[in-house]
Amino acid sequence: MKLDSDILIVGGGLNGPALALALGDAGFDVTVIDALKAGTRGEDEFDGRGYALALASQRLLKAIGVWDRVGDNVTPLLEIRISDGKPGSGPGPFVLEFDNGELDEGPMGYMVEDRFLARALLEAMTAHPKVTLIDGALVTAQEVGPASVTLTLDSGKTLAGRMVVGCDGRRSGVAERAGIGRHGHDYGQTALVCAIEHEKPHHGVAHQFFMPPGPLAILPLPGNQCSIVWTESHAEAARIHALDDAGYLEELRPRFGDFLGEIRLAGRRFTYPLNLTVADAFVADRVALVGDAAHGMHPIAGQGLNAGLKDVGALAEVLTLAKRRGEDYGRIDVLERYQQWRRFDVTSMVTATETVNRLFSNDNPILRTVRDIGLGAVNAMPSLRRGFIREAAGLTGDLPKLLQGRQI
Amino acid sequence: MPDVQSTVDPSEVAKFEAMAAEWWDPTGKFKPLHMMNPVRLDYITNQIAAEFARDLSDSLPFKGLRILDIGCGGGLLSEPMARLGAEVVGADAAERNIPVAQVHAEQSGLEIDYRHTTAEAMAEAGEQFDAVLNMEVVEHVASPIDYLTACHNLLKPGGLMIASTINRNPKSFMVAIVGAERVMRWLPVGTHDWHKFITPAELEELITRAGLRQVDKKGFVFNPVTWSWSISARDLSVNYVTTSLRPA
Repeated sequence: MKLDSDILIVGGGLNGPALALALGDAGFDVTVIDALKAGTRGEDEFDGRGYALALASQRLLKAIGVWDRVGDNVTPLLEIRISDGKPGSGPGPFVLEFDNGELDEGPMGYMVEDRFLARALLEAMTAHPKVTLIDGALVTAQEVGPASVTLTLDSGKTLAGRMVVGCDGRRSGVAERAGIGRHGHDYGQTALVCAIEHEKPHHGVAHQFFMPPGPLAILPLPGNQCSIVWTESHAEAARIHALDDAGYLEELRPRFGDFLGEIRLAGRRFTYPLNLTVADAFVADRVALVGDAAHGMHPIAGQGLNAGLKDVGALAEVLTLAKRRGEDYGRIDVLERYQQWRRFDVTSMVTATETVNRLFSNDNPILRTVRDIGLGAVNAMPSLRRGFIREAAGLTGDLPKLLQGRQI
Repeated sequence: MPDVQSTVDPSEVAKFEAMAAEWWDPTGKFKPLHMMNPVRLDYITNQIAAEFARDLSDSLPFKGLRILDIGCGGGLLSEPMARLGAEVVGADAAERNIPVAQVHAEQSGLEIDYRHTTAEAMAEAGEQFDAVLNMEVVEHVASPIDYLTACHNLLKPGGLMIASTINRNPKSFMVAIVGAERVMRWLPVGTHDWHKFITPAELEELITRAGLRQVDKKGFVFNPVTWSWSISARDLSVNYVTTSLRPA
């Protein structure tokens, strides 16, 4: 059977293009099918979305030639402060501080806006001779044969490849068409996401305030700007989101406090209902799932994109080594190596973020005391603190080569 | 021995497809071979690439090389070699394997010359190759020295033979016979005759007598904790592999 491409990737967000570039570098012919038109990603106007990229993720982006295209539009994360807060009284005293002085490798991560990362990925894909982008196309059918997989697009066009990778998010059509079920639950919370401009400089410090309804994350962007991820119950979030900008800011101010001076909105406001959705399998014959398609997790630790890029690094490495051996890399026994590599890591991260969320998202005085003691205890133990910093920087576990900044 | 190169009889295709599916099912009857295949391929591809100065990250690194896979079975080694660009002949003494391997290669979009023949018959016909893969065969043949001499003759001067087999010692009896055949049932009982296993020293002596020069030996080691195989420079106590050259 004549193949159009070695590997078909469904989803043109962030993980899909990153995987396409990593695979293209390894000599695979790759086609990316994106439901959106290319022009709608990486638009000029700041929309308020940003990512806290762990150091390991930054290394992967560097290794696939994307980081340099992001240029100066990044903010190094020099310090993370975690504290317990209560609305009305603002953030509590800082009880847990991580700073990059305790990490030999440099900043523990970088903040980057969605528009700059999306644009850098799109430019790199366009420039890559092994990567083809089909934009504004939906996949309507997916058929697995003995040595290939065929996708049908809404235009009627068919594409055959050795395998298909679903980078198509929490409601992955690739997973559904492959008969892979999902498990998960609703956290009962919605994240309110926006960017703000503030009076005083942030000095590269990220904050996480644990409030009874859920955490409030303040992540530094270039200049005097921060990205806010603010978690509330579904009802409360809906109420706040319906307010006008002035009313929205009135709600935010007491939670945020005044440590950065006067604040105002800079960009659009988004809401994301929080739910956990994990695919029952990350692979099937000629099918692999990456990022949220495999595991949509709570954004409490900002690990969604970082976990996705770990998937990218692991899958690219498994497929590249298989190709160099002459193996039929779309076969289930090859793809199971990827699943085995990533599954344990993902399961432990899901459990950890859930535990943290349950422990912190309430106002029970006993739990409050426990977590204050816990935060203080971690802060008092340098080795434990360093362990957390390395974890936050994504430097723990069996790291794929690209996340170590090495070529496969 | 007849040289069977016939195309597959259409009425038999369904049967052969079912047999091919069985050969290539990673959880089926040939599971132990599938589990071991990545390390076998790592060893083979790296040895061939080093000898012929090829870069495995190229798209068809073995282009221009002629490779013989002896005891090809369903084509578990022949197909990867073809995918890397080599011109492959797969030979098997068991006639039923040939159409099975042919059907699967066709499904995979690969061109491989599968033949029902033996190393001795091919050597007699004067065939020559850049590399001969002789994996898990020598412990099954009637006369290892005659067989290895045929392998020597099948190599072009400067060509390379990769041979793997099983060591003969109490551990290999426990692992390969008791463990793999009787306890785990990975292999049918009687697959191996422990007395025909060969120690690394005996194999090197046979290889040297056949006119080849052994240049490398490594162990294939199964780790029951990670449930995976790896290549070891020191542990040749059960499965092991060697590389030899026909002097130019």
